[in-house]
Formats: sequence, C-alpha cells, structure tokens
Amino acid sequence: MTLQVENLSIYYRTLRGDVHGLESTSFNVEDHEIMGLAGESGCGKTTLGTSLVYLKPPMKYIGGRVVLDGEELPIQDMERMDPFRFKRISIIPQYAMNAMNPTRKIGKMTAELLRSRNVDFKAMLPLLKERLELVKLPESVLDMYPIEMSGGMKQRMVMVISTLLDPSVLIADEITSALDVASQKAVAEMLVEFRNRECCNSAIVITHDISILYQIADSIMIMYAGQLAEKAPTDVIIRTPRHPYTKMLIATLPEVGIRYAEKQLTGIPGNPPLLLNPPVGCRFRERCPLAFEKCVEVPPFIEIEKNHFGACWKEFGTHA
Amino acid sequence: MLKLNGISKIYRTGTFGGKELHAVNNVSFDIGDKEIVSLIGESGSGKSTIGKMILRLISISSGSIVLNGVDVSNHKGAALKEYYRNVQGVFQDPFSSYNPIFKADRIFSFVKQEFFPDVSASEWDKKLNSSLEVVGLNPEHVLNKFPHQLSGGQLQRFLIARALLLDLRILVADEIISMLDASTRIDVLNLLASLRSRGLSILFITHDLSLAHYISERAVILYRGCTMEMGSADKIFNRPLHPYTQMLMASVPRLDKRWDEKVNVDLKTTAADFTKGCVYYGRCPLGYEKCKERPTDVEIEKGHFVACWKVSGENPRGV
Repeated sequence: MTLQVENLSIYYRTLRGDVHGLESTSFNVEDHEIMGLAGESGCGKTTLGTSLVYLKPPMKYIGGRVVLDGEELPIQDMERMDPFRFKRISIIPQYAMNAMNPTRKIGKMTAELLRSRNVDFKAMLPLLKERLELVKLPESVLDMYPIEMSGGMKQRMVMVISTLLDPSVLIADEITSALDVASQKAVAEMLVEFRNRECCNSAIVITHDISILYQIADSIMIMYAGQLAEKAPTDVIIRTPRHPYTKMLIATLPEVGIRYAEKQLTGIPGNPPLLLNPPVGCRFRERCPLAFEKCVEVPPFIEIEKNHFGACWKEFGTHA
Repeated sequence: MLKLNGISKIYRTGTFGGKELHAVNNVSFDIGDKEIVSLIGESGSGKSTIGKMILRLISISSGSIVLNGVDVSNHKGAALKEYYRNVQGVFQDPFSSYNPIFKADRIFSFVKQEFFPDVSASEWDKKLNSSLEVVGLNPEHVLNKFPHQLSGGQLQRFLIARALLLDLRILVADEIISMLDASTRIDVLNLLASLRSRGLSILFITHDLSLAHYISERAVILYRGCTMEMGSADKIFNRPLHPYTQMLMASVPRLDKRWDEKVNVDLKTTAADFTKGCVYYGRCPLGYEKCKERPTDVEIEKGHFVACWKVSGENPRGV
C-alpha cells in the first residue's frame, strides 16, 4: 500500500480557540488506487489533502502519523518535508487556475520550479512535451502567459506540472469544480490516464461532486465535520451505503432522469456543527434520524465488511 | 408571458473598439405562465448575459424583450421601476450579494422604501414574515442578523424572499444553487419548483444539466451566444438531436452509468468566424460544407427546435 494515515488530527489555530478541522482520521490508499474524498464544504477534505503536503499555520499538527511507501512522512516539519514534496507526494491545489505566476511564461515558470528542486529543466523537456501531448495541449503553451489560456487549459497545465516528477501520491483538490461539463470529463479522464501510465502511483481526488467520483474513482471516502464517515469501493458506496450520512447525501443528488414532477428529492435538514467547540460523540448525531444514546460516544472507523469501513454505532449494532 | 425577440449583445473589443464580440446572437424564446425554463450553456455561452438583459442590467444591442405584450427593452425611470415589480433576479454568490457591514435584512427595507413607502410598519412586518415563511425560513431565527451569521442556503432564500415581496411574475435565477452544498441545494431547488404553483415563472440559468432536467419543463441550449437546441426538457435530455447537446449529455457525470469511453470530448477551441456559419462548426464531428452558412432554427417536431443543417436536412419534416 502506498499511503497509510493513522490517527491524524489537524486543528486550526484561531483567536477564539482551536477549530477541530480534522479529528483522528485513519485510512489507507492502496497502490494504483484512485481514492475519492467527498463531503460538504467545511468537512475537512481540503484540510486533509493540504496537510499531507504543506502543513502551514494556522494549521496545527496535533497528532498521528503518515507513512508513504514504508517511510514516515514528517508532515509537521516544514523543512524535513522538502525532499518529499513535489517528488514523492504532490498536490494540484484548489483554484489551480490561479496557481500560476502571471508574470512568467509557462515554460520559464516550470523551469524555475524545477530548478528550485534541483532538477535540470533541459533533461525534463522531452518528458514535459510528452505529458503536454497527453493532456492535449500544444507545445506552444510553454511560450504563453497564463492569461492567454482558458480555465480548462490552465487546469491541465497545472496537472502536468504537479506530476512531472512522478510522485507516489497525487492529491487533486477540486480539479474539476470550476470547469464546464465537457472539460470536466476530459480532465477527469486524463487523471485516470495519468495513473494508468504511472505518472503517479495513487491519487486522492478531493471533490464535492460524488457523480464525478463515480466515474473515475476506485474507492470513495466520505467525510463529515472533520470525521471520516465511510469508505468503500465506489460501487458499494453508491449502491449500498451503510452510514446514514452517506445514504442521505446520495439521496440528495438529482440524477439525469429524475424530475421534480415525478419524484421529489429532499435535502438533509439542519446544518453541520461548528468545529470550534464540536459536539461530543458522533458529529452527525444532531441531523441523524437514527441517533440513539450510544451516539454521544465517538464511533470508531472500523471495517464493517471487507474493504468497507464505517463509523456508525447503528451499523455495528446490527452487524457486529 | 415574457418573450425574447432575437436579442443580441455585441461588445466592442480591440484597441479602438474596431472588433465586435457577439456575446449573444439573435436569441429568441419565451417563458409562459407558471413555467420553468432552463437556460443551459457552458461558461462564455452568454447565458448570464441574457439573464442580465432581461433584468435590464445591461443594454440590448438589438432585438426586443416583450412582457405581456409591452416592449420593455427601452423602459426608463418610472416605467422601468414598474417592470421591476414584475421581474426580479437572484444571483450565484449569496455572500457577495450583501453588504457585510450591514444586517442582512437591510435588503428588505430597501424594497419597502422604494416600492411600498405607504405601507404601515405592522402590515409590512406581516408581509415580510409571510414571505420568509414561503421560502421556508423562520423569521425569528433569521431576522436581525449579519450576513456572516447566516448560511449560504439561508442567504439565498433571503434573496428569493426579497423578490417575493413584490408582485413578482418572473424570477431570473442565475446559477443560484451552484455555490450551495449538496445537502441544502436540493431544498432551494424544491423551493423554486413550489413557487411555480404560486403563479411564478422562472428562468433557471445553469450549467448543470441534471439540475435543469430535474426542475424545468423546457430547456434552451446555448453555445457561444447562439441557440443550438430548444424544446421540452424531456425530449432534449432523452433524445438530444444537436451534436453539441449530444456531446454535453454524454459528458454529464451520472450515478447510474459510467462515461462512454468512445465519446471523445473535443477540446479544440478554434475561433470560428462568428459573423457567418455555425458557431459549433470548429468542434463538430458532423460538420460539412453547408455549415459555413449559419443554420436556422428548424422545428423538428412540435416545440422542439434545432439549429443544425445535418439534423434538419435528415428530417424532411422541418419547416
């Protein structure tokens, strides 16, 4: 397995106290796995992704360990992370559209980036051109400024740059959200292609759009309010979810073919809790129709069935 | 009820304004009573521009907008204000629709000042409370708060409630749920659908096809400012005729079926000649000689219009 995360907790330091953005999360990403990470905004999915690469204040490391290819990642230590970043674990940040330096041509910017990692740009050039072809960008983009490219082109360019050093794990944070359906599909398929060609070994795809994950991910992990709710292979999560939050979340998605006149979907009543002083126990308790006394204790995230992890007391009750 | 007659929006670009950019090109459609019409398009297709023209926020280069038989495209002053009693809009980002240093309910007092100066305070409160209840908010919980104290879904409902204070006939909803979370967006969508039964017509502007299909009876597909296909939502979604619509439908991520690997998305963005020819020609797999002429909207079957030479050519029933 490529990546193991054990009991990782990340808080945000604020003037009013710590915001419990990520609470003891444990999961694994297998070799060649594309793991989707989904949840509502504020559930901690970006916190998780960013902390694995660049844990900067106000993020605060509380505890837990991360193991990449058998080697422990010193995520709490900015300097010791340097040899890993970009080379072994890389990220396509959210709003990658604005991630590029507007005053540099793409080629020059890439060269500077590689030089900062002590990699020779000239030697990388053939690979770079090959990758550009893979994402259907002409070589001439290297002579362009970011402003000359469309949103979809920028997104693909950042994808190429992020994976140039063939990282073990690629974290793709909301790479499709700002794109049109047509380029969304193209970018998502390119990500799978990158994995298939081993430009990256495994990937964590962070998005709020579960239907995109259904298209490309091997497994999906659902988060709620800083805690893991459920993780299972894609088809299992979509067809037979076990956690009440996952069930309700999937039920809210309008699919092509469902119409208001024929079948009304319902949302989940209530709002996610504030994480400044999070409620004790299961954080979905207040909105959960199944909640009972036991839910004031934090449910552990354990394997309910083979490869199907969940954190819900109700599920343990009936199946343990 | 509201009818768009070949409206266009032309921007002058280039150093001396010598070039023209057709953001919206000769678009005509109508919105009937108690009807939800979806305006679907990718970014840059001109869908928001059409919404803004209907709301008279930007001028119309040519064509006209007719509300209940009255041409409103040149209304000014008092007449325009009357128009706003009937037509209102809600926009994508609920957070930037408010001034963060004032309480959120300031938007309601503006409506009172401008449109209902003679209504007494108690009567106004009653009107306001009932309007908030219609959008599913409890007045006690949401009034007297600052924008940051309310969630995105609540702010968005606030804006809808504000529009409902007027004798609203048409609501222009421009991507109003794309910033909301999955668990709350469906509630706002259901709210829109329920408003229709109160006599409201809605122009639902979106890029999300599954949402459009969920809520609307009719859909208009736009590409680069031109209508590609227009007709009942069911027909367009289940049996798209225009190659562009077909490509869009194949790209929608669905939960019941995986993407067809054979359908390739063409990412070419060739700048076609905008003044002539089909705007989709550069990306179209079916393009042929005839496409260098601008295709006309052809009614393939009743109420189902397609602007494509290939489709209308193969369907001799076309008018």
